[in-house]
Amino acid sequence: MTSVVVVGAGHAAIQLAASLRQGRFDGPITLIADEAGLPYQRPPLSKAFLAGHMDEPALALRPANFYAAQNVTVVENDPASAIDRAGHAVVTASGARIGYGHLVLATGAANRALPVPGADLPGVVGLRSLAEARGMKAILGDLKRVVVIGAGFIGLEFAAVAAERGIAVTLIEAAPRPLMRGVSAVMSDYLAAAHRGWGTRLLTGTGVSAIIGTTRAEGVELSTGEIVPADLVLVAIGVVPNTGLAAAAGLEVGNGIVVDSLLATADPAISAMGDCAAFPMEGQGRIRLESVQNASDQARCLADRLLGKPAAYAKLPWFWSDQGALKLQIAGLSGGHDRTILRGDPASGAFSVFCYQGERLLAVESLNRAPDHMAARRFLAGAAAVTPEQAADPMFDLRTAN
Amino acid sequence: MPKVTFIEHNGTAHTVEAANGESLMRAAVDNNVPGIDGDCGGECACATCHVYVEADWWEKVGGRTETEETMLSFAAATKDNSRLCCQIMMSDALDGIVVHTPDGQH
Ligand SMILES: Cc1cc2nc3c(=O)[nH]c(=O)nc-3n(C[C@H](O)[C@H](O)[C@H](O)COP(=O)(O)OP(=O)(O)OC[C@H]3O[C@@H](n4cnc5c(N)ncnc54)[C@H](O)[C@@H]3O)c2cc1C
Repeated sequence: MTSVVVVGAGHAAIQLAASLRQGRFDGPITLIADEAGLPYQRPPLSKAFLAGHMDEPALALRPANFYAAQNVTVVENDPASAIDRAGHAVVTASGARIGYGHLVLATGAANRALPVPGADLPGVVGLRSLAEARGMKAILGDLKRVVVIGAGFIGLEFAAVAAERGIAVTLIEAAPRPLMRGVSAVMSDYLAAAHRGWGTRLLTGTGVSAIIGTTRAEGVELSTGEIVPADLVLVAIGVVPNTGLAAAAGLEVGNGIVVDSLLATADPAISAMGDCAAFPMEGQGRIRLESVQNASDQARCLADRLLGKPAAYAKLPWFWSDQGALKLQIAGLSGGHDRTILRGDPASGAFSVFCYQGERLLAVESLNRAPDHMAARRFLAGAAAVTPEQAADPMFDLRTAN
Repeated sequence: MPKVTFIEHNGTAHTVEAANGESLMRAAVDNNVPGIDGDCGGECACATCHVYVEADWWEKVGGRTETEETMLSFAAATKDNSRLCCQIMMSDALDGIVVHTPDGQH
């Protein structure tokens, strides 16, 4: 293989470039970015960066000199607009033609748009890019009332930061509880109570019918008819994978760019990874995950294949979310669990939820209990096993499970 | 700037600079040293920056933090001289420090 071109310069792309160089790949590596500036980490955007605990330079995934030292070219601010599969080249918005030996699509995902009248008014924002986070941070000090639409991870994390700043937060969720598909009912209920405790007005089972305002957003009309006034409306109702480029090139897309267990598309010269990729996972069918772990581990897996050591992708999914002083860590995928075992007392502010399907452990959600999370990753990776009885026993040392 | 040497499991040595106050994990990642992942970004929450500190430096790096101790007890192949290098901050006193990376971080 002669050269590697990556569309996107996010978490997955940077890890791929780093791993290829660590593996002694010496051909050209080019990352095509649709933003200007150094590639950055997204998780702090809704946490430490917004809260003012982390400054912009600290967001960089790698320092500026990394790119020269590792001989990685970043084409800034020039999105890929087409793939010429027959000619093995990517065409960018500026008209540049960049030839590839192997092409990797790491295009991530985009904010899902809110399909109601007024959603395009100024003052209705998303939180995914550094530009959006910068804009949010600049006005945060002036905000008195915000409405957050969607109690997913980003909506909850933003709500926690805003409430801590003394802003009146209304958090609207269409489902009966926050993080409906992401976490167990026990964890969801705990988080809902925590946010309410911080002063946030959390409305579940509630829809949004319109954003009110003439020249900018002034409020949100709920499905109940109530109008909640707002200086700013954050829409955080999930993301859609960026599949347009792949689809236009005739590659199969569904909920993501379709790849096999090696992260390859049907075109042997094109792979996809990270938030944009729909990949097969044992027991799950074809899934798409949005996490740093998934982006980093898929990048390492793909780098190995490009370096001549192909192996099916089969890493344990794990995730974290910081909300105020609450550090949530999740190992595994809890979908389909039929019972939960509590380890530790939620009233103490530190506990874990072990999600089982029968006797099979599917996932562990830990709140302010990093050691449980570490143990869970061993269990879920198959290195050891823990029965529901052991998990429930506070005297049982998880390290002794085998 | 002070220097740190990472020696890979296969014996390959990488000597890189680290600013005072910067963690050895950060220095490794920024310089693309193989064998250090630092997946959590330095939060002491993932144990993927595990290193073995050479005997001459063990006293100088100071003790493990409480969280680090717990995290290490779950890591693979820990030894008496194991540390999570996101918790070792560079200083003039550590100029020249040598650490070894394990066979794998996962
Ligand atoms: C606010 C926020 C908080 C988060 N918090 C957490 C967290 O706590 N823990 C966690 O595990 N995950 C978190 N995530 C998710 C995590 O950041 C993503 O899963 C991760 O960034 C995915 O990496 P990626 O490389 O696939 O995509 P991205 O990092 O999104 O990078 C893809 C890049 O490709 C660009 N692109 C798209 N199309 C083109 C094109 N045609 N040409 C050029 N470039 C293009 C995109 O603009 C983007 O810059 C968070 C995400 C956000 C937004």
